[in-house]
Amino acid sequence: MDNTEKLKSIFASSLGIDESLVVDDLSYGTISQWDSVAHMSLIADIEDAFEAMLDTDDIIDMSSFAKVKEILGKYDVIF
Amino acid sequence: MMLSSKGLNLTDKVALVTGSTKGIGYSIAEKLGESGAHILLNGRDQQVTDSVVNVLTDKGVSCEALAFDVSDSASVKAAFNIIFKKFKRLDILVNNAGIMEDALIGMVTGKQIDDTFSTNVFGTLYCSQYGARLMARSGGSIINISSIIGQNGNAGQAVYSSSKAAVIGLTKSLSKELAANNIRVNTVAPGYIETELTSSLTEEVKQERLAAIKMNHAGTPEDVANVVLFLASDLSSYMTGQVLGVDGGMTI
Repeated sequence: MDNTEKLKSIFASSLGIDESLVVDDLSYGTISQWDSVAHMSLIADIEDAFEAMLDTDDIIDMSSFAKVKEILGKYDVIF
Repeated sequence: MMLSSKGLNLTDKVALVTGSTKGIGYSIAEKLGESGAHILLNGRDQQVTDSVVNVLTDKGVSCEALAFDVSDSASVKAAFNIIFKKFKRLDILVNNAGIMEDALIGMVTGKQIDDTFSTNVFGTLYCSQYGARLMARSGGSIINISSIIGQNGNAGQAVYSSSKAAVIGLTKSLSKELAANNIRVNTVAPGYIETELTSSLTEEVKQERLAAIKMNHAGTPEDVANVVLFLASDLSSYMTGQVLGVDGGMTI
């Protein structure tokens, strides 16, 4: 499983949505499942999976699936 | 000391106690450690923190040093990064590090305000922010140390009391925000506890304080640690957003 698939799977299980809904445009707050409480759990799952503790500013900036991929690049996660 | 109540057993829990090289913090670290938690002992000075780790280890407490300054956000971030890498979790966070400097309002310096709020309030915020993120995985308990002065105020303690009142506000907000993640947030508000922090008080002030205590004697760090243990344990599993006074019936 490459990192995009891995991240998609994390999004789907953490937010409780079908993997087909996890596309680059999927954005924070646009679906009921991705609210502020879910965001915390999602971040925890991402941190555990990629073994990186994220900066607070990066967490705030993680506003879409595409943005999450971009930010994870700073932590040496290649997509 | 063996604890008979099963709910007080903290085996396999990871606990960070800030400002735990002396006074109330040390007593809390010792108490949680005696109950089975692995203690991350914190102070600003690495050598001092290491030496206290040796003392607690000799007493059979499982612990290690995590020296950082709570008032420095970069240091806090680095410390929690270490916790993340090593444990991937944090079960108990005790925001105990605090400073107290008394002065009448007309003589309060800007530095005193900055120093007090940086440690007592900002430090608590920084640690709670990162602690809550680690706890989001499996829940946890955050215990903030305020003061009876933060609840009632006191002449000559405008800066200290306002910083400790802020801790209570923070507790109440976080308890509401983090409940969904099974993270409980409570505050302990000690009264007059004999520690190094209170040793700077004049004899006159000490006598004044003692006269205001219905139980007629000062509290000990262990009195506070016992209540922190309760809040850290499953015995308080349905409590959040509370402020518990440990003051012997003190009135101010």
